[in-house]
Amino acid sequence: MLNIEKKAEGTNLEVKLTGRLDTVTAPQLEGAIKESIEGVTDLSFDFSELEYISSAGLRVLLAAQKIMNKQGTMAVRNVSDEVNEIFEVTGFTDILSIE
Amino acid sequence: MKELVITAETKNLDEVMTFVDTFLEEAECSMKAQMQIDLAVEEIFVNIASYAYAPGTGPATIRVGLTDDGSVFVIELIDQGVPYNPLAKEDPDITLSAEERKIGGLGILLTKKSMDDVQYEYANGSNILTLRKSIR
Repeated sequence: MLNIEKKAEGTNLEVKLTGRLDTVTAPQLEGAIKESIEGVTDLSFDFSELEYISSAGLRVLLAAQKIMNKQGTMAVRNVSDEVNEIFEVTGFTDILSIE
Repeated sequence: MKELVITAETKNLDEVMTFVDTFLEEAECSMKAQMQIDLAVEEIFVNIASYAYAPGTGPATIRVGLTDDGSVFVIELIDQGVPYNPLAKEDPDITLSAEERKIGGLGILLTKKSMDDVQYEYANGSNILTLRKSIR
């Protein structure tokens, strides 16, 4: 189960995720980003309620980061220790701006 | 050991996770270890669902148990698809930038890093991957 809450303001987009970002739910996030990312210069993710992320979720974040490298900035906020450990093991701490 | 036999399809992932998590909760597994085990099981099951019987599908068998003293979780993931040792694959380079990174290839790395021990065996026409993880 994943709940995706999007807040758009001008060219800012904030995406709050609640639940699990896994093989089953990652396509939902991919679709949500795809439909909203055009023209966005400031993309941020709020992970305060994200319990779990698997490699399928990492793939979606990497794809979003690649898009944002061309058109603005991307930040990931309020990452739990467990999720952060996965970012560390996979080298994502060097790719993402984790705040 | 408890056993689940299920069609290896991604849409069955939730059922697999429920089977594993129910066992781990009864075993009083720590939250951190449970998340790491979930990660590994997801990666391996999705691999089986995606590749073992491609383009068709077939069964996956998942057996879970604990060592005698109850401190180590043991899980076997078994399929009768094409022989494939996921551990033989080279790890992706995790020092590359976002632009240089390929999308994917992280699943097995995550599995190896989050488990205490991962072993592959091919026997009687089956791929058998055995994972071990301390749950305390």
